[in-house]
Parts: sequence; structure tokens; C-alpha cells
Amino acid sequence: MSQIVFEGRPVPFEPGQSIGAALTAAGIRSWRTTRFGGRPRGLFCGIGVCFDCLITVNGRPSLRACMVEARPGDVVQGGGPDA
Amino acid sequence: MRDVVVIGAGPAGLAAAVTAATAGLDVALVDAGRRPGGQYYRHHAAETGALHHGWDAFVRLRDALDRLTYLPGHRVWNVEDGFTVHALAGDRDERPVRIDARTVIVATGAHDRSLPFPGWDLPGVLTAGGAQALLKGDRVTAGERVVVAGTGPFLLPVATGLAGAGATVAGVFEGNRPYGFARRVAGHADKLREAVGYAALLVRYRIPYRTGHAVVAAHGDGRVEAVTVARLDRDGASVRERVIVCDTVAVGYGFTPQLEIPVQLGCATRMDADGSLVVVADAAQRTSVPGVYAAGETTGVGGAQLSLVEGELAGLAAAEALGGIAADPAGVRRLVARRRRLRAFAEAMHRAYPVHPGWMDRLRDDTIVCRCEEVTRGRIAEAAGLGATDPRSAKLLSRAGMGWCQGRVCGYATSWLAASACGRSPGPDDLLGTARRPIAQPVRLRDLADDAPVRPHEVAQDPPVRPRDGAGGRPVRPRDGTLRAGPEGAVRPRDGNHPINPA
Repeated sequence: MSQIVFEGRPVPFEPGQSIGAALTAAGIRSWRTTRFGGRPRGLFCGIGVCFDCLITVNGRPSLRACMVEARPGDVVQGGGPDA
Repeated sequence: MRDVVVIGAGPAGLAAAVTAATAGLDVALVDAGRRPGGQYYRHHAAETGALHHGWDAFVRLRDALDRLTYLPGHRVWNVEDGFTVHALAGDRDERPVRIDARTVIVATGAHDRSLPFPGWDLPGVLTAGGAQALLKGDRVTAGERVVVAGTGPFLLPVATGLAGAGATVAGVFEGNRPYGFARRVAGHADKLREAVGYAALLVRYRIPYRTGHAVVAAHGDGRVEAVTVARLDRDGASVRERVIVCDTVAVGYGFTPQLEIPVQLGCATRMDADGSLVVVADAAQRTSVPGVYAAGETTGVGGAQLSLVEGELAGLAAAEALGGIAADPAGVRRLVARRRRLRAFAEAMHRAYPVHPGWMDRLRDDTIVCRCEEVTRGRIAEAAGLGATDPRSAKLLSRAGMGWCQGRVCGYATSWLAASACGRSPGPDDLLGTARRPIAQPVRLRDLADDAPVRPHEVAQDPPVRPRDGAGGRPVRPRDGTLRAGPEGAVRPRDGNHPINPA
């Protein structure tokens, strides 16, 4: 099975899965915190509408984890406000 | 110059595009998704159709895509009069794409309508559609022990789908008591078959189905660990509460049509029976703007079958208007009759599954309403106290709806909270005030600038064009004359890596 790397940890995915789906399947429910309250956020709408699931992929910030298809070796980071 | 650009490849868009292309028109079908089908036919890369109703109809449409130019992964952010469609292509290395067309068919569908409640921003609380998208598109169950809640028949496929994939569904909590609607369902053979199928699955998976109940709070430390479920009285007030342990909540209160493009183009809108803002469309699916058609959920939430019919009618009407290709009158009559029947069914559904305003009484002052800007109910009340008598003013004073999602998620709730502070319920103008998004997707400033390098794209037939006024040096300017660089207020110096900054 192919893998991406989330904050140093390998996460498997099936071809065609989004990065958000791969993280969810691995039990990772949140990957960034909000600007003001520092509250954890992950998938909410799952279809590219809410922007809760913003994530950094291979250094490219502010991508929607629910919209980006995972590719082998992707280095994925969550992080702080508006990751 | 294309004959037709269809925006959205769900049931309505697929039907419209294939119909117009089959009639001989040059059609481009632009879609944000990675695979055709929209939300209803969302599917895994290796799909067999087992999770889908009406999969055969989808396969027929998908197999006809070679008659047209299908552009997946294209997110449309603006359509100019005339028409020029501006999109960003690619899910990580975005490139700008422009497509010129004589006609636009809007089939942008809908997303879940969300209502805030204490704890709804905890990870593990998803929209019902989000849980369904994970299951159908990625074959991932959103959690192990799931509570499904909200209102409407859509909760049934979500709950039974999750259970069928191995999750424990701790209960379906339907806010309404739609007993009268059952008689209506019984009058539709295909709807009745679906309903009986879901009822059998609820029994098989031992899923409790409770009407007149709502999830009124989610609890947990960093993720949802339990919810409070309340039985509601006729006025929507909680009369008995209990706590249910779960790791996931899938909640949806109907759907909100995605109207960015028709609103940009100035198409007339109205309020539908479910309280959503929708596009006004005539018998031929024409909007109030010549050359712009709308089909599917954008004209009123009504489900996939209605969307297929409206899409086909829009495709036929475009073929007749552009190519003088007359449709078979008997076929059109059948489609029109079917549309009338399905629309009447949808209206009955909306009346059976309303959103009761009691949800507002269940908010606390510190309950987040706008997830992006973390605006609480208390701050929206403060804005009302400062004189915000409509949602637009409430937004400007409180920042509710000014973040990344541009009010898509909180627009309905903010409209209700702002209007009810003045002792009224929101009307179409209130909803329109939260639905204007001149730039419908986050874009880089370089994509807005006149001298943006427009890279030739293998499917773009025409050379890159300048804005229509021909003056050069003028940025693309949405119809309402404003120029914004993305979600209002989203340009902040401290967001150094923000994608709308020049890269």
C-alpha cells in the first residue's frame, strides 16, 4: 500500500483517496488549530466548501485536504492558524 | 468560442452536457471534482455502483462524455458576461484556465445546510454529506460509533451506508415528525421502493430511528466523545435530554444550493419552500439572463432524478436556441410532466422536513456560529445591538461569513440570527446578502491581474483573451463593480503564505 508522511509518521492510502480521507482512515481527526481560539480542526464538509481541513502538502500551504488526492511520498503537515 | 459551457458534472450537468453534445453542439463540461458524478454519484476510483441508486443512468452519461470536452478538477471562480468562464485547474499546482462560450448552463448543485450547536466545531462532527462523501468517494467510514442527525430523507442513506461499511450507528435523530409525508412517498413507486429498502436496512443493522429528536450539543476534549440528544416538543424546545457516547456525528439540515455563478451573472433568485435561495428558471430552464440556463439543485433542491430531467431539458433548450435543433415534442412533454411530478414531490418533502427555528434557542452566547472567523452567537447579538438589522450588516460588524468559506457554512444561520434579532424571519434579500461571492474560489492576485501569464492549456480552443472591454490594463471586474482578492477580509499581512498573495 502507498504511503504519505504526516508530521513524520507514515500514513497509508489507497489510490484515488484524498489526503483528508487517508488521515481520517488512520484515526487522525484534526491537523490544524484556529487563529483565535487555537481550536483543533479537520474534515467538516468533506467536499471543498468549508475550508476547515486546510493542510500543507510538500510545502504548499492552504490546500483543502478533502480535495487533494494523495500521491506516494507526499509530505503533509498540519500546523497552526490557517495551515 | 464554445457553444456551451456546463458548470458542474453532477446529475444535472452531465445530463445537460451530454444532451447538448448529442444534439451536435460544441460543449465543455467543467467540474471541480476529480471524477464525474457530483455528490450524488460520487464514487471510488474502482467503483461498481453497489452504493448507488440509479447507477445505470450515470454509466450511460459517463460513457457519452467522449462527445464533449470534459474538464475535471477545474474550479470556476468567476463567469463574465458574454461569456468568459474563469477557472483554476489542478488540485495542488493550480493554473488559470479561461473558456469562452455563447451559453452557460449552471449545474453547480448544493452542499449541506448546517446549523450551529454547542460543540459543533469539534473534530469528528461532520456534515452528513461529508460522511457520505468519505464513504462513497474514498471508501472510508467517518468513524466507528456514529450519531446521524438533522432532518430529511438524506439521513437514511448516510446512516445505512455507514452501517453497511462496518460502523456502529448509535442512532438517527430526525428533527421532524414527518408522518404525513409517508403517504406522499407511498404514491411514488420508486420513492416507496427506496424508503422500504432503507427501513429494512435500519432493522437489519439495528439502527434506532427517532423522530422529533435533535443533537443539541457535542462534547469532548479535542475531538467529539459524546453528544447530548434531546426530544423536542412541538415548538422545537428540548423536553428530555440524554447523553450518547460516540466518536463521530454526521449532521445535516437539508441543502444549500451553490449560487455563486448565477448571482455573479445577475440571475434573478427567489426563496424556495425549504427556505433556501434558488435561481429562477422558466419552463425551458432559462434564467432571467439571456444565454444562462440553470438545472438541478440550483433551481430548488429536489434530488438526482429531478436534476437529470432538468439537465436534459436545459440541454435541449440550448440546442434549440443555438443550433435551431428542434427537440422531439413528445419527448419534451414527457420530461416536462416528469419534472412537474418530481418538483411537487420535492415541495412536499420540504414542507415535511422544515428547519424549526428552535435551534437558535439552543445556542449559548459562546457557541461558534462562523467557524472560519470564530464568531460566536454573542457577537452576532452584539452586532444586532449595534444596529445590524440584516445579515449583511451583521456580517460587516461581526465578521461572521468573512473567512475562508465566504459564509457558505454559516450564511443560513447568520441570516436567521440577524433577522430574528429584529423579530422577523429572513427573506430572499437577506439570503442574497450572504450569497454574493464575486470571486467564488481563493485565487492568487496574479490570476486576477490583467497581465497574468495565461498558459496555453491543451483543451482550451481559443487563444487567451483580454477582458472584454478591450482597454487592457483593467483587472477582471465582476459584474457588481467590486474587486476583491478572495474571501472578504482574507488578505492579511501576517498570512505570508496565503495563496491569494502574489507568488
